Amino acid sequence: MPVPIANFQLTQQQFDTLQAQSCLPDQAAVQRALTAAKPSFADLQALLSPAAGEFLPELLARATQLKRQRSGRTLSLFAPLYLSNLCSNECSYCGFSRSVAVKRRILTVAEALQETTAIQSLGISQILLVTGEHQRKAGVDYLLEVTQALRPQVARLMLESQPLDARDYQQLRVAGIDAVMLYQETYDPQSYARHHTFGAKADMTNRLAAPSRVAQAGITQLGMGVLLGLSDWRTDVLLLAQHLRYLQQHWYQLAFSVALPRLKPCASQSTQQSGVSDREYLQLLCALKIFAPEISLSISTRDSPALRDLLLSSIACSASAGSKTQPGGYAVSPQSLAQFSIDDERSPQEIAAMLRVNGVQPVWQDWHPVLGRYPA
Amino acid sequence: MLTIAGKTFHSHLLLGSGKFQSALQMQQAVRASGTELVTLALKRLQPGAPLDDLFSPLQVLGVQLLPNTSGARTAEEAVQAALLAREAVGTHWLKLEIHPEPKYLLPDPRETLKAAEQLCDLGFVVLPYCSADPLHCKQLEQAGCAAVMPLGAPIGSNQGLQNRAMLEIIIEQANIPVIIDAGIGAPSDATLALELGANAVLVNTAIASSTDPVRMAQAFRLAVEAGVLAQQSGLGMRQVRAQASSPLEPGFAHLLAGLS
Repeated sequence: MPVPIANFQLTQQQFDTLQAQSCLPDQAAVQRALTAAKPSFADLQALLSPAAGEFLPELLARATQLKRQRSGRTLSLFAPLYLSNLCSNECSYCGFSRSVAVKRRILTVAEALQETTAIQSLGISQILLVTGEHQRKAGVDYLLEVTQALRPQVARLMLESQPLDARDYQQLRVAGIDAVMLYQETYDPQSYARHHTFGAKADMTNRLAAPSRVAQAGITQLGMGVLLGLSDWRTDVLLLAQHLRYLQQHWYQLAFSVALPRLKPCASQSTQQSGVSDREYLQLLCALKIFAPEISLSISTRDSPALRDLLLSSIACSASAGSKTQPGGYAVSPQSLAQFSIDDERSPQEIAAMLRVNGVQPVWQDWHPVLGRYPA
Repeated sequence: MLTIAGKTFHSHLLLGSGKFQSALQMQQAVRASGTELVTLALKRLQPGAPLDDLFSPLQVLGVQLLPNTSGARTAEEAVQAALLAREAVGTHWLKLEIHPEPKYLLPDPRETLKAAEQLCDLGFVVLPYCSADPLHCKQLEQAGCAAVMPLGAPIGSNQGLQNRAMLEIIIEQANIPVIIDAGIGAPSDATLALELGANAVLVNTAIASSTDPVRMAQAFRLAVEAGVLAQQSGLGMRQVRAQASSPLEPGFAHLLAGLS
């Protein structure tokens, strides 16, 4: 008899209870958490608490040590390729929401290849495909077509799109998708409902269950994350960690990357802010790394050069560089409007040079089609 | 002397080339360690890149290169990567690694054995990273592997020889070299592995993630040399109580034998 697919369960009460605990840990709890061999959820709560803010140097030192022991003094570089900004969702914080007056565009396969060539001329061959949610025009058939065309050209192909069925994910895996990113945005049901008011994305349960479908489909690399600023970040990060551990217990072959972008101004919301300071951001990233050293922290170009210099040289495992966040942004149509503003506009080669100065080796690939795995 | 597949090495230390901050530091560590066998991750080889960060710096060192299949998740992938390695790196020596579990990077015994059988048939010198399971190691030996590389503890953990009891059985039963591969966190762990009778150790994290990797490489060189000397000299037995330090003299044995 087939085992039913295991899905992470979450209620408002769970969120509220954890949020009520989020500021309780004291300094002693933080010190215990910093030296725990296998930190528990309670330890993670302590590391995320205000009390741990006083231990930021200790958190950074510990997280850096764990990162280097695990992955060495290396950093993997990738770039996003925005395929489409067509979107049938209404999300309060996003510049590509359906009601926002922005020129809509979906790249043809030929244009996607042109963008790929432009990204590769920057030295990058690990590519994250990004789409808005549009089942009809940017559904699985379109994604399969793009995947098949790009696969032989690139070292690594990741996908950030709307949640799909397990069967769709399976087809995409066979076509050559290495990793799927599925950001939950927030684990707070009330906030989720408030920010996602229209479209398929408004169904929080479906989004929460999607990572299980990715795993079920045999995809072994999963990207998770929340958008910091939608709800209480300490609780969001804690629940993200619980979700991650849950998936890990059910699919032992699953590897995780985590990205925790902070809310930024966009075309429709020119003043929105996350309310998470750089120090708090650093704290929560370190807390997560200490809790689960096996996860790979991924840093986008949303962050400032100074902060990225620190993160990329210490606890991050991967980072985007030279990013354009609009379809056609690299070559096809560089003047169009971006999804969010970029803070770090340095080229991949400039990032690589900075890394080398800081004693970190840039990594440009972690596997290659010529080694096998993908259809020819 | 360490002999693997008919080739002799002076050093009993193998080095991993990953995790270093630069190619230069990796080269310096290799030199300081005295190793003659260095692994390189196939997954990092960029086809068509004339000067890469890994292969070119290793080539100039004049060591035996041991491409590894890290990143492969199945026997099928490992075999295909190995065939590519033979062509790209120009060696039929191969460190077989299949660890599809990302949390502890534990080797998959079923896929490892399957790939080892195929690769030995294809004429590779196969050194498999494997579980510290004595039966599994015998099966790998029977498949034709040139050595076995059981883990002392999870890779990169620096925990030392946590699997000691099983490693001792593997060493006792092996007819091919036993190279303790993962978990060696300190020079003393390396010495212990050799004292226990292992033929060699492979180290990466303990060297690359130390504050001064080049000095740490030298420390491992000395520790391995000490372990080899101790192994060759014959270690004394551990006792709970004190014992007279001198063994029975030959003359006494003769007299004892004559007693009625």
